[in-house]
Amino acid sequence: MTDPGTDEAHQRRFDAMITAEERIEPRDWMPDAYRRTLIRQIAQHAHSEIIGMQPEGNWITRAPSLRRKAVLIAKVQDEAGHGLYLYSAAETLGVGRDELLDLLHQGRQRYSSIFNYPTVTWADVGAIGWLVDGAAITNQVPLCRCSYGPYARAMVRICKEESFHQRQGFDILYTLARGTDAQRRMAQESVDRWYWPSLMMFGPPDSESTHSEQSMAWNIKRFSNDELRQRFVDMIVPQAEALGLTLPDPALKWSAERGHYDFGTPDWDEFMQVLKGNGPCNRQRLEHRRTAHEEGAWVREAARAHAAKSRARQRAAA
Amino acid sequence: MSGRENGSVSAERDTALAAYTLRLGDDALVASHRLAELAARGPQLEEDVALANISLDLLGQARSLLTYAGSLEERLTGVLRTEDDLAYLRDEDQFANCRLVELPNTDFAYTVARQLLFSAYQFELYTALAGSADETLAGIAGKAVKEVAYHRDHASGWTVRLGDGTEESSERMAAALEAAWPYTAELFTSDAVFRSVAASGLGADPPDLRPAWDVFVDGVLAEAGLARPEVPPITGPAGMGGRQGVHTEAFGYLLAEMQHLHRSHPGAAW
Ligand SMILES: [Fe+2]
Ligand SMILES: [Fe+2]
Repeated sequence: MTDPGTDEAHQRRFDAMITAEERIEPRDWMPDAYRRTLIRQIAQHAHSEIIGMQPEGNWITRAPSLRRKAVLIAKVQDEAGHGLYLYSAAETLGVGRDELLDLLHQGRQRYSSIFNYPTVTWADVGAIGWLVDGAAITNQVPLCRCSYGPYARAMVRICKEESFHQRQGFDILYTLARGTDAQRRMAQESVDRWYWPSLMMFGPPDSESTHSEQSMAWNIKRFSNDELRQRFVDMIVPQAEALGLTLPDPALKWSAERGHYDFGTPDWDEFMQVLKGNGPCNRQRLEHRRTAHEEGAWVREAARAHAAKSRARQRAAA
Repeated sequence: MSGRENGSVSAERDTALAAYTLRLGDDALVASHRLAELAARGPQLEEDVALANISLDLLGQARSLLTYAGSLEERLTGVLRTEDDLAYLRDEDQFANCRLVELPNTDFAYTVARQLLFSAYQFELYTALAGSADETLAGIAGKAVKEVAYHRDHASGWTVRLGDGTEESSERMAAALEAAWPYTAELFTSDAVFRSVAASGLGADPPDLRPAWDVFVDGVLAEAGLARPEVPPITGPAGMGGRQGVHTEAFGYLLAEMQHLHRSHPGAAW
């Protein structure tokens, strides 16, 4: 049995560390709810990295130049690496990668809904890099100061690579926008499709967000969904101008009074539908993951069996 | 020797070198493509990272080699074809890669078998080419041999793991080796192009690479507890194979997928 007095002392020390903006490390005591919140968030983030490999991987074999192909392979590889860092960060909280993957495969943990939209043209590789990686950076830069040390450190590494991804996506669109008429149309059509889903990446409006307040108090989350969404819009409007492409939002307008761009309201019904599993690719993405995992089962089993046999042989020889 | 004879000798030399470089470039390009097909399909995340790594190395080799083949060709014809022209605008019968690299990823063991046999070949090849009289080729090979040493380790490690692992994995690994093995003869078959570059000290004659390849592959198979497949080489029509532009049926689909977008927008920049 734990001594309640001790728990109280632990809680006081934890609260003091949070107030002092100190980092919580795996060996430190932490409230169960803090641990659960972090596991849920880091797992969702890790799952998003590996599910996100699919929509872009969809264009690797058709990449239109060898240079773009190399950049895209490297990008999808980075996302696998991000998944690895994040599953390791979750492991420091006491849950293994296998357990989390099972929860993903059973549909019991989420990943970012953005990846439930299809990549139907090459320009989508550009739009994902520019808008989706762009939104991810906006979300993730503040996470580099997250109170949980391993998560914050993983985010520092990840953010560096995400900003490469965003630049590369921008570069794809920039080239298309200055290419043939067909290429230009392809770029605009893609931005038209990805703009609203990318705004939804910041989650529901603050008035309806369930997890935000406690996460802010714990220094896990630093800014509200709406604040981050505003930052993102303020960043992409001038970038769209530089691209020579338009954003499909009639309400988009500079507000001198607020010092920010005004923008329209995403279709939150669509957001809820995709979240519930009814987006264009929800089933496909999970099915793809499960299939890769199941088809790899005999390989992982062989690796374990070989490792066990090698150890036994070493022991026998010793 | 008269100047004219000199000219025709060097033209013949350049023609062979261009054809040779194109063969090496096509090998790397197609091998890279097959691995790239596996993005987000690996048996575990570590393999997604590793296979992408190898695919990227091979693509880098392909780009250097195709770019160089294009510039050698330009010296002869006055017409420059870029790496993308060569990758995207040639038809199937103009590709000169060996057929081994075309073999599909039927399961993870097939991927491992193909990579083992091919990277062991590339290792001997690039080791020899690092001493080529052609500086460019020597430079490309000198860098690539370090990459390929890792590819060979990676494939060897998996061959041993699968061969030694479970009954199922051992059977699958043996089946995959047996399927790929008949295509290895082509790696070591010489012809006029190979003999010409070897004679002028620019390239390697494939039969010379075989003994070291045999020793290495036999060593891995022994460690994996796998037998060397006893299957005869695939013979092509009239002795023709990948080097002469006669490929497997699967290759046409690979090219259709790879080239479609590029060819749909003639002259566009990406
Ligand atoms: Fe990422
Ligand atoms: Fe990314």
